Amino acid sequence: MFSRAYKVTVSLPPVLWGAIFLLVPYALMFAYSFWSVSESQTIVHSWSFANYGELLSKPVYHQTLLRSAWIAARVTLLSLLLGYPVAYLLSFHSGGKKNLLYQLVIIPLWVSYLVRAYAWKTILGTDGVLNTVLQYFHLTHHPLEFLLYSPFAVVLTLTHIYTPFTFLPIFASLEHIPRNLAEASHDLGASRVETFRRVILPLSVPGVLAGATFAFVLSFGDFLAPLLLGGSSGIMISNIVVNLFGASYQWPLGAAISFCMLALVVLLLWVSERLERKWAYS
Amino acid sequence: MGNEPQAAELEARASLPGRNQDSTLLSIRSIAKTFGKHTVLHGISLDVAEGEFLTILGESGSGKTTLLRIIAGFEQATSGEVWMSGGRLDPLPPYRRRVNTVFQSYALFPHLTVEENVAYGPRVAKLPAEEIRTRVGEALAKVRMEGFAKYKPSKISGGQQQRIALARALVNRPKLLLLDEPLSALDANLRRQMQIELKTLQREVGITFIFVTHDQEEAMVMSDRIALLHAGELEQVAPPDEIYSRPATAYAAQFIGHTNLLEAEIRNSVARAGGLSWMVQLPDGRATFSLRPECIRRAQGSDAVSVARFRARVLDHAFHGASELVRVQVGDSQILTVRTADRGRLRGDVELEFDAGDAVPVRGPKE
Repeated sequence: MFSRAYKVTVSLPPVLWGAIFLLVPYALMFAYSFWSVSESQTIVHSWSFANYGELLSKPVYHQTLLRSAWIAARVTLLSLLLGYPVAYLLSFHSGGKKNLLYQLVIIPLWVSYLVRAYAWKTILGTDGVLNTVLQYFHLTHHPLEFLLYSPFAVVLTLTHIYTPFTFLPIFASLEHIPRNLAEASHDLGASRVETFRRVILPLSVPGVLAGATFAFVLSFGDFLAPLLLGGSSGIMISNIVVNLFGASYQWPLGAAISFCMLALVVLLLWVSERLERKWAYS
Repeated sequence: MGNEPQAAELEARASLPGRNQDSTLLSIRSIAKTFGKHTVLHGISLDVAEGEFLTILGESGSGKTTLLRIIAGFEQATSGEVWMSGGRLDPLPPYRRRVNTVFQSYALFPHLTVEENVAYGPRVAKLPAEEIRTRVGEALAKVRMEGFAKYKPSKISGGQQQRIALARALVNRPKLLLLDEPLSALDANLRRQMQIELKTLQREVGITFIFVTHDQEEAMVMSDRIALLHAGELEQVAPPDEIYSRPATAYAAQFIGHTNLLEAEIRNSVARAGGLSWMVQLPDGRATFSLRPECIRRAQGSDAVSVARFRARVLDHAFHGASELVRVQVGDSQILTVRTADRGRLRGDVELEFDAGDAVPVRGPKE
């Protein structure tokens, strides 16, 4: 149908782009993860698994990795709990206001990440909006310290930032469900609750999986929220990677950690892809 | 023609074959439905007998699907009531009605297998597992789909999906089954086959069917009675043969089969239209008559006063398999369609006749 020359010309830019900006850097990083740094701060190109060994033997690395996964898991759960009901209400029960409400959900995405993260800082700080209000109503006598610079603050902020990302695929999958299926279910004797459980929820699983993957992957690798709001207890793995590539000049170790993260994310994407295919119906 | 549907309805009730008022299953009473400023149904009243196969026939936009959705409970009527077996039906949500629907697009659950689709109703009703299995097996056997139990709906053909939709509804043993143009997506051959199967199935299970269609032939083949709906009003409710041979309105006459509509002037028991005249027993005045093409034949030389004879000129003819439709002109302006089995015999100037009784007076078209 199309000539060979045409196909090559059209596919060349994306292939080049992918090669130069993805494959080559990844390959380089992968190589780095087996090298080391000498006393004189130069990269030694000798191959060993020492960096991966250090990652496993030093608790700070693998514990932070696990904590990051745990934070990401909580963010995923919370953003599903927030995003699903909103998507469901919007898709099935918003009548003529669907578009307006949809825009309202999307609007936060137009605001810079930094602005939103800083906003939480002013809300959660010891002199912040929340503590001031609590003290004004005498609900507490001293400002609550755990609000800011804690895993709590990180989870809260990341949930706020990534909920629209879970909302969108869920909303899309709900919109995709033929409306007469709900009618058929009612017709066969199922109440609204039962219809939701037996028809709507199973059919929206692909959207839920996609949304959960977004929330987990994005928050797992996040480093700004923990940097701004995490304090020392809320540090995440990306902060360590940033540090290793920066001030402490430990590129090989940083590369090894990055590759562990990448492997985890790829594994997750693969599992989610498999599950989505299992639940896809058409 | 404000009061005329009610008249048609009374006539229909009286003519329920071999059934009395006690056997009424569903009673639709003055149902009206308005969407915004648009009125879709104008006070429909209709009784459906136990075990009856009733077809609601109408063009798109006639309100037939809306009426069905009101019975199923997916729409609320603006006014009027629906009764079933002596109790009000219209206040109940769809899932509390002993009514099941076969949807136009089947609406099978895509994530469930054929078997799970059919088991949906019994499972929701929390029937014992053993009974669910028996019922699902029976229902699948009834529509001859036992071999497809484990298939997903996307893996079977349209006609098979149709059968599953039917089994999924019948497995609940509803008192009333609603079918919303269930055959419209099938090709012509399969469609004819399914019409006969559906009719046979309905007799077997003895469940009351309300079948919605825009296809008058389908309605004629399947129904015990046809309720002809036009612009949100009932034109006529009657058995197929009666609605064909004694159409109540010009619309009914035209919608069901071919007909010739004659605008006649009656004086002294003689009706005249164009170059035609025939005996009637009606008061003087203007009236519309329906004369079926097959009621006109070649003149046989009878002199009976009940036979109307006339000369005509053949304009053109169209082949229709066993018969031929011939257009003839009578006098200066009156054009008639004649159906004849003698193919190729009616040509040039001919002498034709019809029995006066076959010209059926109908209520004229709406202004």
